[in-house]
Amino acid sequence: MARPVTNVVFAGLGGQGVIKASDILSQAAFRHGYDVKKSEIHGMSQRGGSVTSDVRFGDEVLSPMVTDGETDYLVVLAPEEVESNRRRLREGGTLITPDRIDPAALANPKSLNVALLGVLSAHLDIPESLWLDAIHQAFPEKLHRTNDAAFALGRKPQ
Amino acid sequence: MSAPDRYLWSGNEAVAHAALDAGVTLGAGYPGTPSTEILEHFSALGGRGQWSPNEKVALEVGLGAAFARGRVLVTMKHVGLNVAADPLFTAAYTGVSGALVVISADDPGMASSQNEQDNRRYAVAAGVPMFEPSDSQEAYDFTLAAIETSERWHIPVILRMTTRVCHSLTVVRPACRLAPPPSTAFEHDIAGRVMIPANARPAHHRLRQKLAEILAWNEASGPNRFFEGDRTTGIIASGITAVHAREAAPTASMLKIGMSYPLPIEAIRRFADSVDRCIVIEEGDPYLADGIRAAGIRVDDKPEMYRFGELNVTRVRRILAGDVSPEPAAPKGKPPALCNNCPHRVAFNALHEMDCLVAGDIGCYTLGALPPFSAMDTCVCMGASISVGLGMRHALPEHQARRVVSVIGDSTFVHSGITGLAEMVYNRPPTGHVVVILDNGTTAMTGLQEHPGTGRTLDHHATGKIPFEDLARSMGVEQVHVTDPFEQPEEFGRLLKKALASNDLTLIIARRPCLLAASRIKQYERAAQESECSAAAQSGGSA
Repeated sequence: MARPVTNVVFAGLGGQGVIKASDILSQAAFRHGYDVKKSEIHGMSQRGGSVTSDVRFGDEVLSPMVTDGETDYLVVLAPEEVESNRRRLREGGTLITPDRIDPAALANPKSLNVALLGVLSAHLDIPESLWLDAIHQAFPEKLHRTNDAAFALGRKPQ
Repeated sequence: MSAPDRYLWSGNEAVAHAALDAGVTLGAGYPGTPSTEILEHFSALGGRGQWSPNEKVALEVGLGAAFARGRVLVTMKHVGLNVAADPLFTAAYTGVSGALVVISADDPGMASSQNEQDNRRYAVAAGVPMFEPSDSQEAYDFTLAAIETSERWHIPVILRMTTRVCHSLTVVRPACRLAPPPSTAFEHDIAGRVMIPANARPAHHRLRQKLAEILAWNEASGPNRFFEGDRTTGIIASGITAVHAREAAPTASMLKIGMSYPLPIEAIRRFADSVDRCIVIEEGDPYLADGIRAAGIRVDDKPEMYRFGELNVTRVRRILAGDVSPEPAAPKGKPPALCNNCPHRVAFNALHEMDCLVAGDIGCYTLGALPPFSAMDTCVCMGASISVGLGMRHALPEHQARRVVSVIGDSTFVHSGITGLAEMVYNRPPTGHVVVILDNGTTAMTGLQEHPGTGRTLDHHATGKIPFEDLARSMGVEQVHVTDPFEQPEEFGRLLKKALASNDLTLIIARRPCLLAASRIKQYERAAQESECSAAAQSGGSA
């Protein structure tokens, strides 16, 4: 069966782990056998400013950038970045924001990015084991437990 | 465990892997977004990669190694090729004995650059073949093709990448069929490499002959791809634009140009003749369109408004539809800013309070131009702060000339600020001048790279170090001060005030490690000490 391209956009501020989150999704989708492309701008714009990263996966991905209005899942790590990125979402697309996660349940506030990946993962057909492999690849071993817990927190049914 | 046959790599990583697989002898460059990660990956993979003080030096080092039959990669961002243009143009005449591949990483849309120049023009101007990859797979394949081309015709080759190709992750199946490089050796060829006029005249003829042969090869078997589609619309594209266009017009026929200099003009003519309407879709300058039209081939081109910024699928759809209505403005996110505790803040507060006229330079500290400081009045190119500041001092009436300060970072100073100091000592303004080096011990903007002022190599091992204060004194700068903006927050302002009031030539070095680099720098210094100790122990500790 042909697998159409899924478009995911991550948005937030420099230092929040936006790029890390998009790296993990890209790895998980890649390990699941998808064609994957991931794109963002590095450099000067990242000195504490707004950051976005696009991930696309499916049988064949052409442009690495998600077209405005064609985003299936918009994952926003900073509430103040929601409005400026809303135009990227397609009609009927899914917006995932930090209020999906109870901050009190998060052992380390820095793992919000991974918790939101947990929320996203419940919408996608990528097996959980591949997500965890990708998370473990992205962090040093001492951070695995915290991030596994954050992922599980986001992934559990609301 | 056998290695997987597919990888998710950025274009920069893919180039580094190709260079390693091809046995590249030496990688040299100067950091610059979006090219920086190529040499870092190459070095991390075990290749020999090194940062040069600037791109001109990197290209000359690379040229020397390629005269010695080495396989060489030289990396830089687009504006870096302006600095390296001098050796490039004549290296096209001399040619090389090994392989010399120059990576030009262009930045359409200026994500992190001062202009969006289209370096495809350099290939034509210098007479150097050029490849344009559109994703990481092609970044890998075309790096190998560029090495082969360079070796076969003994000519430098440009691999022209763009920000999206450099930084996007895409899937790569690497396969290197290149034979290992020959061992390095130097053979005399005075007529071929000493470009006095008598030798350069025939060298120019040889260059044009090589380009004619490369053109014939590109026409017959170059890396250009034809996508069969409906014949009402035919698209000609290269680089990242080709993937946008295939997505925007999936049913159109397409000729995707992989080697865009020398242009495979007969292949293009056949393609254009085979479709009802032929349109060129390209980012930046109308490079392909001009070249194709000059050969008398009728093609449509993008409207002028699409010369500016990056293209994407939406913009390609608009180009295909001839839509020139105003585009919706991108919503403004949070702008970048100097880090909260950045040591540069102390200097910019003082420059702002004293209402200085600040000739600035390229780096993190260019953010001093933004509020709340608004303490930078010019920023043009690497090293220009010192020389532009001197020009202002020469031209302005005295009361204004006295307020002019040149502000430059440590890496930028080594790159092309030293000649500015020479100019200052040689053509001294009547009011003297004040230069500030914001020395945070790293090339911060591009991601914390080393340089000759840090005393560490690309892979952070101890090496020779240039002390800026000694250098400046030896060049004849009268007042040289070093201050730590955190230890003595008032001192910088005091020194600046005194310098502005005098007619002296003053250099103030505000030295404090970048917050993002400080802990790493300590680690590197500890490692260097430990290896020194163990070396001393091994030699019997007799020192």
